[in-house]
Amino acid sequence: MQDLGGAFGEALRLIVQLDRDLLEIVGLSLRVSLSAVALAALIGLPLGAVVAICRFPGKAIVVATLNTFMGLPPVVVGLVVYLMLSRAGPLGELGLLYTPSAMIVAQTVLVTPIVAALARQTVEDMRSEYWEQLHAFGVGTGGMVATLLWEARLSLVTVLLAGFGRAVAEVGAVIIVGGNINHVTRVMTTAIALETSKGALDLALGLGIVLLALVLGVNGLASGLRGMVARHGHA
Amino acid sequence: MFRRTFLKAALAAVLIAAAASGHSAAHAEDASFIVVQSTTSTQNSGLFDYLLPIFTEKTGIEVRVVAVGTGQAIKNAANGDGDVLLVHAKAAEEAFVAEGNGVERFDLMYNDFVIVGPAADPAGIAGTGDTAAALQAIAASGATFASRGDDSGTHKAELKLWQAAGVDPAAASGEWYRETGSGMGATLNAAAGMGAYTLPDRATWVAFENKGDLQILTEGDTALFNQYGVILVNPEKFPAVKAAEGQQFVDWLLSEEGQAAIAAYQVDGQQLFFPNAM
Repeated sequence: MQDLGGAFGEALRLIVQLDRDLLEIVGLSLRVSLSAVALAALIGLPLGAVVAICRFPGKAIVVATLNTFMGLPPVVVGLVVYLMLSRAGPLGELGLLYTPSAMIVAQTVLVTPIVAALARQTVEDMRSEYWEQLHAFGVGTGGMVATLLWEARLSLVTVLLAGFGRAVAEVGAVIIVGGNINHVTRVMTTAIALETSKGALDLALGLGIVLLALVLGVNGLASGLRGMVARHGHA
Repeated sequence: MFRRTFLKAALAAVLIAAAASGHSAAHAEDASFIVVQSTTSTQNSGLFDYLLPIFTEKTGIEVRVVAVGTGQAIKNAANGDGDVLLVHAKAAEEAFVAEGNGVERFDLMYNDFVIVGPAADPAGIAGTGDTAAALQAIAASGATFASRGDDSGTHKAELKLWQAAGVDPAAASGEWYRETGSGMGATLNAAAGMGAYTLPDRATWVAFENKGDLQILTEGDTALFNQYGVILVNPEKFPAVKAAEGQQFVDWLLSEEGQAAIAAYQVDGQQLFFPNAM
């Protein structure tokens, strides 16, 4: 039976050799998941803030829906996006299936509710603190959304990291809409699934360790960024 | 109402951004390529890694393989999501063509299934050579058997073998008969973990790296024959199919050169697929 030591050796070997295939896979993982998080931020942050600030009938239902969709199973998202993008589906004309674009779409669908739901909570927590002041200045909804999102930016970085973690770690959606095609749509998680199915458990686990290191790197960058922002804020 | 419009706008924005990002990909549009819907056995055995570069070098056509179970591959191709279908379930392939989804089915190559199991062989099937007798012995002894349970070509072949042996394994599902619902590799991993018998194709078995104490116990029976076929997806039904490039790939596979390339692929000095198009 394979041991964890073998996996660490394999991970080290992959990193030291800077295998070209590995770099390609890592690059695509980052590109797909970061794009998805960026799009999810564009949609989810304003959406979450609007839901937090505005009062409207059925708000509780919207909040509950957002919170529920945080638990969307990736494989279900993959299936739905597949049915949409399939040649036989409504968006088949675009020819996006089995491309990185399809993977970005799927992960965006997966991550947007997480970003929106967590942003809503974050903004709502700040709302009472700023509400009277902003209201007194006659700031409208749009201004309030912008102001509160800006004031919450440090917490929102963590929100986006949670979204990134979800995106980069999922396999169910990207393997269906991407097809795990070598040199085209193979990312870290689908490569791990493939190596596992080949019985190459050392290599699979090694890739897993590389993936964790990658997430660690992104988290490190984000926390560095947050530190810089925080210092600027106080200066 | 507002939410509806907003969601629609958001979806459109995502699609446009994603499409733009996809177009910037180095690989995306610069060369002609085809999508082949195929099975895990052809990919996991390394056959495609060997075969496709030869074809691409000759023709400049990149071949993108989506490797899933035969059932899913046929389903995907029937949605028009692929140019060529290369799987191993003759009846289902013929139905695919009969429904107008494919142009014509050709025999491509074959290999065989083997029954593997723990070295201790609790059902005592080693050296039987008779598949029906081996399966009856497994059922009678109640030794664990790991089935694909995923409507793949291998799963269909396995069910046929049980039927021929006069055993209804579904009745014992969850007891000695375990349906993993996953690919051959995952099922082999499960069999190695449970000390179970299972039925892989020889190509996947030979290339598989986590054999544990599993070994081949029954092989060589003509009932274990495993035929692969190749079909061009019907461009008349699905206009997006790259008929010319797809046909070129099919023709090459069936040509003397393609057949020779299939025969030349070896793992551990063992030939895994036997061309039989001609």
